[in-house]
Amino acid sequence: MKKTFELEDLDCANCAAKMEAAIRKIGGVKDATVSYIAQKLTLEADDGRFEEILKEVVKVCKAVEPDCTILLK
Amino acid sequence: MKTMSKKQRKMLLRILVAGGIFLPLLVLEIIGVSEAWPWYIALPVHVVPYLIVGYDVLRKAVRNICHGQVFDENFLMCLATVGAIAVQEYPEAVEVMLLFQIGELLQGVAVGKSRRSVSDLMDIRPDYANVERDGELQRIEPGDVQVGEIILVKPGEKIPLDGVVVEGNSNLDTATLTGESLPRPVAAGDELISGCVNMNGALRARVTKPYGESTVARILDLVENASSAKAKSEGFITRFARYYTPAVVVLAVLLAVVPPLFLGDWSTWVRLALTCLVVSCPCALVISVPLTFFAGIGGAARKGILVKGANWLEELAKVQTVVFDKTGTLTSGRFTVTVVHPDHMSEQELLSLAATAECYSDHPISLSLKQAYKKEIDRTRVSSVEELAGRGVCAVIDGKRVLVGNERLMEEQSVTRTPCCHGQHRGTLVHVAVEGVYAGHVEICDELKPDAIDTIRLLRPRKTVLLTGDHATVGEEVAARLGVDEVHCDLLPADKVARVEELLRRKSASSSLAFVGDGINDAPVLSRADVGIAMGALGSDAAIEAADVVLMDDRPSKVATAIRASRRTLRIVRENVVFSLAIKIGVLAAEVVMTIVGRESNMTLAAFADVGVLVLAVLNATRALRVKPAEKIRERKGKTA
Repeated sequence: MKKTFELEDLDCANCAAKMEAAIRKIGGVKDATVSYIAQKLTLEADDGRFEEILKEVVKVCKAVEPDCTILLK
Repeated sequence: MKTMSKKQRKMLLRILVAGGIFLPLLVLEIIGVSEAWPWYIALPVHVVPYLIVGYDVLRKAVRNICHGQVFDENFLMCLATVGAIAVQEYPEAVEVMLLFQIGELLQGVAVGKSRRSVSDLMDIRPDYANVERDGELQRIEPGDVQVGEIILVKPGEKIPLDGVVVEGNSNLDTATLTGESLPRPVAAGDELISGCVNMNGALRARVTKPYGESTVARILDLVENASSAKAKSEGFITRFARYYTPAVVVLAVLLAVVPPLFLGDWSTWVRLALTCLVVSCPCALVISVPLTFFAGIGGAARKGILVKGANWLEELAKVQTVVFDKTGTLTSGRFTVTVVHPDHMSEQELLSLAATAECYSDHPISLSLKQAYKKEIDRTRVSSVEELAGRGVCAVIDGKRVLVGNERLMEEQSVTRTPCCHGQHRGTLVHVAVEGVYAGHVEICDELKPDAIDTIRLLRPRKTVLLTGDHATVGEEVAARLGVDEVHCDLLPADKVARVEELLRRKSASSSLAFVGDGINDAPVLSRADVGIAMGALGSDAAIEAADVVLMDDRPSKVATAIRASRRTLRIVRENVVFSLAIKIGVLAAEVVMTIVGRESNMTLAAFADVGVLVLAVLNATRALRVKPAEKIRERKGKTA
């Protein structure tokens, strides 16, 4: 499943790159891109565990860039 | 001010307050008063503006170190400014922090602005739909409209969903989708494409697709996902930044420690090391490259060229071979019957057989036959129809076996055709045979698109290749008129893949091959080529899926525009990379020289250079938003020449 989330207060391109690298390391994540310009996260992960993985993603992002919040729709 | 977010306005306020406090201190420093201050006075008065403007940088640096994330720009700035305070250069610490924050603010504003201008360009998302329900008009979300419902589109409104006009006449403004301002007239029975603007008359339309599958939703999806496919050079910059920052820190440590071991004078070299940290911030590189690609994709989208990702922009820039499918790409695909030449029946009888046999086909040739026949086709005469790909059809009409198709079909079915007395043909020949006996042929002509010849010329010196399923006489004639370098005729859909594969083998490894098709029957070729370009995507879902670059309207000159825009974007990327690195290395070298000749290195100058490079790189990146049509560029060059 592939889903796109909007990001709030993502302030620097470097942070976006770091977030992306950290999200990709999470088990079950097939692909992830964090775009500083579009202020968007595109996440592709296993269907069954998507919610679980998403929680992990939020946690990882908080650790890397505490100012940035993922808007979960 | 309106272009700033709340957070940015707060930052601006902090910069102004800190600057206001710092200004008198700076004056005191220049006239030499503050130099006499003991540290317990100088430190507190400078630390106040320093903290006002930079507390969040300090906080982030500390926090990131706690999370095991050392070596980012916050860390560099903290190290440099805290270092400056430690060597009692209080004003410099404040100056550097102020400049750093001003740079960050400018960058944020510039990025926000270009993001908004791209989303404004793609302002095709309909906000509501007027639906007729229970006899009254309701204004609801486009996503809630069901297929088959009747919507009303008033003049000036966006068409919310794909549909068919049931009542009304109007013109559509397709500029937001295609970049072309020519209005498209619509009347009852015509297809409506969502995202266009209804110009002058109210239209009632029956919805044919749910919102999620409508043109507007697909295009928005495409544009929004374009940023997720990254270019190779983007990845390179990210990797570069990962090694670059630690390398700079190591260099700074070496500068601070090694020369003083031999030369003494620790504080001078520590100052130089701190300057080195300030100038080396990778922001300008890390931000300008993706920003340029984003602006390039946005600028192209505004001209009706949808590039599915930054990586495709890179491929486009390398294109040295452009392969065109003929029909519907360089030619209009609107065929007209020019000659009817029966062998032993009347012209009308021959047309009737050909049109009836093709009655179930949507192929442009079949449509032209039906058009030429003019009368209503009696489908009850047909008892079976078999389509033979790349050849024609075999139908049973009035109990007789009728073959309608090209020369290949006639040969395969061993029909001996009577040689034609009319000599050279310009168009495609459709032969008809009844019960294995040749009955005559119909000649059909396809017009070149108005900008087809220009397109080939604009693409020079790139190699152009024409592929067509048509007979060699027709294909070669068209190729000669167009001036393409190579032509391959008599191709079945499968042959086209083979031809493209052969061309891929022949091209040089560093260049790319683009295939341009109209998206009908050529999905395999579109995906096989380095860059698949689909034309006339308004309405064709298959083309949007298969291609890497989608041209919203059907003008082939857009191919040249797309290649030009991609090359320009990549040039701006290179400019930014080279320029940022050159300035940084230059400033650093100047600081080293100054230190060696015994002048103090200037940390503020370094910070100025850093912010300046950043701002210039960001401004340069936004240039990629402006995409000029290729033919306009040529016109301008022609005038000056």
